[in-house]
Amino acid sequence: MKIAVCIKRVPDTETRIKVAGTTKIDEAGVKFIANPYDEFAVEAALQLKQKAGGEIVAVSLGPDSAQETIRTALAMGADRGLHLKTDGQPYDTLAVAHALAAELKGYDVILLGKMAIDDYNHAMGPALAELLGLPCVSAVISLTIDGAKGAAEREVEGGVEVLSFPLPAVITTDKGLNKPRLPTLPGIMAAKKKPMESKPAALGTVRVTVRSLALPPERPAGRIIGEGAAAVPELIRLLQTEAKVL
Amino acid sequence: MDNLDFYAVDSSLSEEERAVRDSVRRFVDERVLPIIGHCYVEGRFPKELIPEMGSMGLFGANLPEEYGCAGLNNVAYGLIMQELERGDSGVRSFASVQGALVMYPIYAFGSEEQKKRYLPQMATGQVIGCFGLTEPDFGSNPAGMITTAKEQGDGSFVLNGAKMWITNGSTAHVAIIWAKTGTDQDSIRGFLVPTDTRGFTAKDQKGKLSLRASDTSEIVLQDVCVPKGNLLPKSGGLKSPLMCLTQARYGISWGALGAAMACFEEATSYAKQRVMFDRPIGGFQLQQQRLAEMLTEIVKAQLLVLHLGRLKDAGTYTPQQVSLAKRNNVNMATDIAREARRLLGANGILAEYASMRHMENLESVYTYEGTHDVHTLILGQAITGLNAFN
Repeated sequence: MKIAVCIKRVPDTETRIKVAGTTKIDEAGVKFIANPYDEFAVEAALQLKQKAGGEIVAVSLGPDSAQETIRTALAMGADRGLHLKTDGQPYDTLAVAHALAAELKGYDVILLGKMAIDDYNHAMGPALAELLGLPCVSAVISLTIDGAKGAAEREVEGGVEVLSFPLPAVITTDKGLNKPRLPTLPGIMAAKKKPMESKPAALGTVRVTVRSLALPPERPAGRIIGEGAAAVPELIRLLQTEAKVL
Repeated sequence: MDNLDFYAVDSSLSEEERAVRDSVRRFVDERVLPIIGHCYVEGRFPKELIPEMGSMGLFGANLPEEYGCAGLNNVAYGLIMQELERGDSGVRSFASVQGALVMYPIYAFGSEEQKKRYLPQMATGQVIGCFGLTEPDFGSNPAGMITTAKEQGDGSFVLNGAKMWITNGSTAHVAIIWAKTGTDQDSIRGFLVPTDTRGFTAKDQKGKLSLRASDTSEIVLQDVCVPKGNLLPKSGGLKSPLMCLTQARYGISWGALGAAMACFEEATSYAKQRVMFDRPIGGFQLQQQRLAEMLTEIVKAQLLVLHLGRLKDAGTYTPQQVSLAKRNNVNMATDIAREARRLLGANGILAEYASMRHMENLESVYTYEGTHDVHTLILGQAITGLNAFN
């Protein structure tokens, strides 16, 4: 089975982000990690390979630093890396999807996170599937592949949706699908020796760009207005007049 | 700026070193931290972590791949120790003993057959080891040990004696026992003793107020007979166990840094959230001084061990340099843990916070692997050329 996993380099959620200029974040001192939703995809790919055999290629699009993120997937157990090189991280989903689609023909299963935690776009999987003319199953919390058929479960409002689909397919992964393994130390050492191809990304037309980035306003400190029942009238007054939530 | 990387030391680490650190950090966050407070209160080592620590490759990670180890450099190895002790000194001690005190001597002094037999299984944690050097009456003065190994006519050895303060003693499958084959310290040799050998008993030492999430045992050897093949053939003299201690002390100097980082992080977060006199206590000068002192010592310690690690990788480090790092880093961590506990006020005495646990643990770390005082004398001798031990 030919399996591809797309994986994106994103800032760690625990990093304090600063905006540099107007459209970029200041990367100095920022720790980058593999997008956590993509880690579910890597784990799903590894489990699939364990069952059905085959090869896993880990793909990332971005500047040279994306290779580090690819090596995370290689350390977890992916077989080879494919780096699609760009200057900076393009924002336009469709433009990036064109570049990925150009490289991802002929795979049985293409896995990626349902979204990246830096832009929250939720769009790459569907865009990629559309360009490849493949069925797309998004945000799966359960996945079974049997021969050329797949079954998946998704969480929908108030219940679970059960789907079946033929391969090849594009599948995006959600939290709850699995528990991604940590890269082992021998795995990290082995990752250095696995093949990694780097080539320029054939981006589609970039139409969406970031005009400005701003941090949310700082939250004011909490306030203690009194204690016990005596404080309730004042609390109600403030919730009505100041917070305007009642 | 990340408080724990105030001097951008990360930029001096390779991608692989950072990857190792980050993976072990996640392991500790996900597996160790949620349970370690309870383990400490219950006084038990979390044995359930051993298989995963093994499959992660945490044991003997700086030994070569041909023996099933990860083959990491010494900086990456140090970062593992740092992260494990960010969890708990007991968990780091387990890995130190397994890697630096058991796997290392097998690697350095063992026969090819012994290496092939033990190292791969110890790397995965299927076989657990302990290191028997210290005796009830011989701690800082190991040369005086009274445990003996008498060679028999058939080449086998009979061991008699007692060992104390042995980490993993009661859990180990195999013990490395240091014993005199003659009368002087040059006759000290290392022996691989399977713990199910007749005459070998290990009993946990109870009532510890420190390293409670770690097994510490007393070992008694009564006419324990081991075949000739269990002698570590290349061991000879007190120098051999001291070489193991240098390995372990190197890891400890990184580990203590991890404990200090955990306390500093806890204290910083608490100082920013805890409100007293209508504002976060972090806004008061006294607490800021505490935090500033902690950070300064941590940064110095980070730079110290990183450089020491590079020297070790270059093969040019000396045991005296390791003594300086162990002495400094454990001492500063002990101070930081105590200050962090104080900053936490009454909450700081609860097991739900880590600082007091680290503070108690570090008293053991201060005392084992060469007490602070012994390292002072090692440095004194290095400076003056005069021996103050005897």
